[in-house]
Amino acid sequence: MQAKSFIRQIASKGAAGPFIGLLAVYLLFAYIGPSSFFSLSTVQAIVRQSAIVGVTAIGMTIVIIGGGIDLSVGSIVALTTVCIAFTLQAGFSSLLALLAAIVVGLMCGLFNGALITKLKVVPFIVTLGSLLVFRGIAKGASGEQKVDAPLTWLNEFLAVLNQNQNWQLFPSGVWIMFLLAIAVFVLLHYTRFGLHVFALGSNEKTAILCGVPVDRIKGLLYVLSGFFAGIAGILQFSRLTVGDPTAAVGLELEAIAAVVIGGGSLKGGEGSIMGTIFGALLMTTIRSGCSQIGLANWVQEILMGAIIIVAVTLDQLRHARRK
Amino acid sequence: MISDKLNSNSKNTSTNRLEARDIDVTFGATTALAKANFSVKSGEIHALLGENGAGKSTLMKVLAGSLIPDRGEMFLDGAPYQPHTPLDGRLAGVAMIYQELSMAPHLTVAENICLGLEPIRSLLLDRHEMEKRSRSALDKLGHGNMDLHRPADELSISEQQLVEIARSIALGCKVLILDEPTSSLTRSDVDKLFALLNRLKSQDYAIIYISHFIEEVREVADRFTVLRDGCVAVSGDPKTVSTDEIVSLMLGSKTAAAYPRSDRNIGNTILTVSNLASASKVESASFTLRRGEVLGIAGLVGSGRTELVRAIFGLDAVLKGEIKIGSYSGQATPHTRWNQSIGYLSENRKDEGVAVSMDIASNLILPSAKSLTNRGLLLPAAVDAAMKTWIEKLNVKCSGPRAKMLSLSGGNQQKVALARLLFRDVDVLILDEPTRGIDVKTKNQIYALIDNLAKEGKAIIMISSYLPELLGVCDRIAVMNRGKLGESRPTSNLTEQQLMVETVSAN
Repeated sequence: MQAKSFIRQIASKGAAGPFIGLLAVYLLFAYIGPSSFFSLSTVQAIVRQSAIVGVTAIGMTIVIIGGGIDLSVGSIVALTTVCIAFTLQAGFSSLLALLAAIVVGLMCGLFNGALITKLKVVPFIVTLGSLLVFRGIAKGASGEQKVDAPLTWLNEFLAVLNQNQNWQLFPSGVWIMFLLAIAVFVLLHYTRFGLHVFALGSNEKTAILCGVPVDRIKGLLYVLSGFFAGIAGILQFSRLTVGDPTAAVGLELEAIAAVVIGGGSLKGGEGSIMGTIFGALLMTTIRSGCSQIGLANWVQEILMGAIIIVAVTLDQLRHARRK
Repeated sequence: MISDKLNSNSKNTSTNRLEARDIDVTFGATTALAKANFSVKSGEIHALLGENGAGKSTLMKVLAGSLIPDRGEMFLDGAPYQPHTPLDGRLAGVAMIYQELSMAPHLTVAENICLGLEPIRSLLLDRHEMEKRSRSALDKLGHGNMDLHRPADELSISEQQLVEIARSIALGCKVLILDEPTSSLTRSDVDKLFALLNRLKSQDYAIIYISHFIEEVREVADRFTVLRDGCVAVSGDPKTVSTDEIVSLMLGSKTAAAYPRSDRNIGNTILTVSNLASASKVESASFTLRRGEVLGIAGLVGSGRTELVRAIFGLDAVLKGEIKIGSYSGQATPHTRWNQSIGYLSENRKDEGVAVSMDIASNLILPSAKSLTNRGLLLPAAVDAAMKTWIEKLNVKCSGPRAKMLSLSGGNQQKVALARLLFRDVDVLILDEPTRGIDVKTKNQIYALIDNLAKEGKAIIMISSYLPELLGVCDRIAVMNRGKLGESRPTSNLTEQQLMVETVSAN
């Protein structure tokens, strides 16, 4: 019974709109595009290509629900790939490289969180600054070069599955994204921390009045966002096979777009993990569909921009009607 | 009797600059104004008096154009006047100067005065003309020597007020409405303001002056009007009536409401405040609070009564003095206060009291989520079960514990905010305007609830602008007046008249 109500909860947390949008866009491309678009392998590819943005956007969803923003995640991802490559290059185990990546992500998040809560500077500015700082550190550490690393099992997170692996449906990196999404869903809706994040984002004054340790929660938002950027960095490294200080430029904007398409509000207090995942998939579907029917890159970009604005407008209309 | 005498000498309706006839305004089921008549002549200062909620601000909003009345007509210099926005009003010549001044803090004095009507010459801002206009407006106010280049955030409150008035003069307004202009001024600034108003009067400006301070009204106004329950109760010459008479006119004769009061056992002291001064408004306050009693704090809006309890609850910085809870007297945040079993109900329900975009359950359990957490998880089933009891106990009208706060009426939102304190089961309840803006039935429920809590041995501080309510509910009452808290006295020795005189006297 508990499981049933859990599923109903997921369904009720406002992800129906983004899901319908995703389905509509996919079917549209399946209709106008080549017949190969309507196939399992295309779906697998779309989901696989969404994993990095998806994982980053999970962290971004928490931050945005809490009324903040984190612009530094793309730079954290780049710094993480460099860090993994160096660790492997020095002969340490893959597991240690993986841990190092997570630690780097957490430290970056802690840096953001500490500045935001101690200096009382708005998150937009702090993370805009740290976007440059982290990117600079990545470039400095790598001497502005790609950092080579030996091939290990770390490179298989987002690999295309071969014939006898096909029962797994998706590579492990995708399953990691799904597991993290479920974990964060539970964190947001079934713990005190989650309640405090929603309260902080809906009305900070009320949160203070009710004794919510506002600074601690705010700091934790960015630590979590850093953690997810670290995981995304592992996936990014997995795909690149090298440490690249210029990787993931603009990833933060894609992650924010995924959150917003998924029903998140930049005013805080609103957002849905399921919606965010659908938002990330929607963007990849458009990109992949456009290239399949041979549309130029610039057309894709214009389309993507239009979709973001349309999605948010629809969401606002839905809200206005409810009132 | 008094009213007959007064009404007769105000029948003179010649040369009305601004006149409002038979104004009706209703908000939902409540009538804010019923057939209200009001007028002001040029060269006259007309004071508008009334209790909180008597309809003063509604009437002023109608005159200034920020509220469109349901019925009634208005005339400006004899011509029909139908403003739809405050800008319409200003352009027609009626300007409202609010209690909360509206300065752009980064702009200079001259820029603030010309804001919205900046002189432009060949696409560029004509700074020379701007300064000329500002100078001439300030000259009319007798402050022609003011530095036009100072940024507004460097000005004192009274200087800001001056700039705000100059802005209306520069626009050519002939009717000025001042809402509680002296509430945050020192006595010497009040004198300066009065000199300025008299100067404007001699230049044929019409001034509407809203105030709670009756002595000041007697000093500066040529005519006064008392609003009561949305109707004009009386108007006349303030010099011919005493302060006490005006207070009686404001209060009228009310039907006594029934306030439940069971036998309360006063216990030991739980909260001691001595010589408290805060970073905002509170200058000196001392009192003690004991278990099983309700302490009332009376005072005008802006007197510092809310700031007093905010300082106690750790929301405002304490500058001086001591707050002692049991034996603890150190630093406090709302977080530590909840842990010390103190809860605060904010007067500002919409902005602070509740998070309207969250659901009822989240709002209610916010300070007490810890007690509902089971092995780190906050399970909805446990939350909903706890909520159901409270929704039923307080009779909150809603579709369920997961309904959004937005879907509730004000009264029901207030019940949820109050239930937050009850659910946490705090020992000290600080209730700031607990019955503001809610219907009579809910009010009576809240009175009964407060009485019950006192009987159980909780200690309660209640702030209210509505004196009969304080007299009905509290055991002791202290009056806050311009940042200073008077001594608390047993309710049995107090009358509404006496309290009203104390809250409005310029000490």
